[in-house]
Amino acid sequence: MMLKLTDINTYYGNIHALKGINLEVSEGEIISLIGANGAGKSTTLMTTSGIVPAKRGTVIFKGQDITHVSPDKIVKMGICQVPEGRRIFPYLTVAENLDMGAFLRDDKDKIKDDIDYVYTLFPILADRRNQQGGTLSGGEQQMLAISRALMSKPKVLLLDEPSLGLAPIIVRQIFDIIKKINEEHKTTIFIVEQNANLALKAAHRGYVMENGVITLTDTGENLLSNEDVKKAYLGI
Amino acid sequence: MFRSIEFINMRLLKIILGITAVGIPGFFGIKEIIADPVYFMELFLGGLTRGSIYALIALGYTMVYGIIQLINFAHGEIYMIGAMTALIVASVLGLWGWNSAVIAILAFVFAIVYSCAYGFTVEKIAYKPLRNAPRLSALISAIGMSLFLQNYVMLAQTPNFLPFESLIPDFEFWEPFAHIITAVEMTIIVTTVITMILLGILIKFTKIGKAMRATAQDKVMASLVGINVNNVISTTFVVGSATAAIGGVLIACHVGQINFFIGFLAGLKAFIAAVLGGIGSVPGAVLGSLVLGISESLFTGYFWSEYEDVFAFTILVIILIFRPSGILGKHEISKV
Ligand SMILES: Nc1ncnc2c1ncn2[C@@H]1O[C@H](COP(=O)(O)OP(=O)(O)O)[C@@H](O)[C@H]1O
Ligand SMILES: [Mg+2]
Repeated sequence: MMLKLTDINTYYGNIHALKGINLEVSEGEIISLIGANGAGKSTTLMTTSGIVPAKRGTVIFKGQDITHVSPDKIVKMGICQVPEGRRIFPYLTVAENLDMGAFLRDDKDKIKDDIDYVYTLFPILADRRNQQGGTLSGGEQQMLAISRALMSKPKVLLLDEPSLGLAPIIVRQIFDIIKKINEEHKTTIFIVEQNANLALKAAHRGYVMENGVITLTDTGENLLSNEDVKKAYLGI
Repeated sequence: MFRSIEFINMRLLKIILGITAVGIPGFFGIKEIIADPVYFMELFLGGLTRGSIYALIALGYTMVYGIIQLINFAHGEIYMIGAMTALIVASVLGLWGWNSAVIAILAFVFAIVYSCAYGFTVEKIAYKPLRNAPRLSALISAIGMSLFLQNYVMLAQTPNFLPFESLIPDFEFWEPFAHIITAVEMTIIVTTVITMILLGILIKFTKIGKAMRATAQDKVMASLVGINVNNVISTTFVVGSATAAIGGVLIACHVGQINFFIGFLAGLKAFIAAVLGGIGSVPGAVLGSLVLGISESLFTGYFWSEYEDVFAFTILVIILIFRPSGILGKHEISKV
């Protein structure tokens, strides 16, 4: 098991955001977590990344308990997150943003190769390399955010709403790249989405979340044909 | 009731005040400059020297503010500790009869190391535990730290002024330069320029410099790319302390005496300079410092020398009213 969350309870002050989450991700899988706004999807990722540690429960990564490990060490171990809203460093250039993605690495030559590699994934970024991150369009920022995460060579990539606010054509391009990364590098991918249709189609398995609890889990295909999911999330 | 202020056209008021502020001194200034250009150059270079010292201190304020949005009121004390350390090292080594060049170098090195150690420790003790507390708590903690360090040095050393023998060899420039600039002033300006260049390289090109900028822009995201935010914050305090220590030793050489209280006014002036330039901005701090230093020098030289400090505070009030984000500031400052 790559990543296993057991009975996770996370709070923001008095707000009980996650109420006993159980969730597993196997090596090489694409997993989608869907749910309405405010369900606790982002919190699940933030708890996994160590930004908002769980009060109760455990996060196990490759057999190691990382529940209370600091965020930078979690990245070092191989879990990297592209957070909601992308969070590009606005006053760093595209190239500097990528450098920051490789912050924990010191294999200079290979970093250079990897930068060239992400430029082939998203050629537009190469054209924009000396432009400040904050001046990019939403789609370009999402591409940069994913590229920055790839620079750390993650074993598990956590993606929080990669489709948010983007034109359908860009969304398709980004999901194609996500699948490509999963196939070519065997990177395990955990996607959080409100766009349930897209996320479940891309995923091997999915989880449905409501008000801080997981209510349903199945393969992506089965969830897509599940009546409750259709009604609540697919608008059919 | 407060709405009535809108009857005064703020824009027009600003323009009129701006013209008055620049125009009147400008008019008299140009007359004076033509009458005695050597005196003007002397004041100008004196102001540049002063501004250089402000810049060395202001950098610490602005970098710390940029990264944790805290006005580190104990920063002036770090500068004072730099000067004190240099004095102690120079006195002891002087008694042992060491070579003066070696003494100067060691005094600088010790001053920097000590100030960095204090800066580092102050952050760990007084600010880190309050990282998630309301900002006012950290501000009060900063003021407390400032008072503590002043009193600690006063008790450990002496409340009196101590003579500080200049570490910089005094040599005469050729005429007419000998009239307008001294060796110490020259050294201060050159050292400051070198420090700024090194700092610029650090911030712009090195990995830790980029991490500092990234952390200033988004701390959560910085930790999500694997940056240890606490280490970056400590580094920022250490770098700011190092430049303040350099400033402290240089000013002590210039003025020739120091005591436990010199950090207070110097710190306050440098803080004003940082606000003037736009707190949080590094080029802003340098620019604000030079503008403040030079205008202070010209003001006291041509107008009222006894109102030297009042001038700086007046500038602070004016900026806070008309342009709280400073000359180069990006963000409006709403808090503190
Ligand atoms: N920083 C925060 N402070 C307080 N409450 C928060 C914070 N972030 C999220 N919450 C609350 O936690 C719950 C889950 O939020 P979140 O994980 O962001 O949901 P989702 O990503 O599914 O939209 C919501 O009720 C939200 O209001
Ligand atoms: Mg969310």
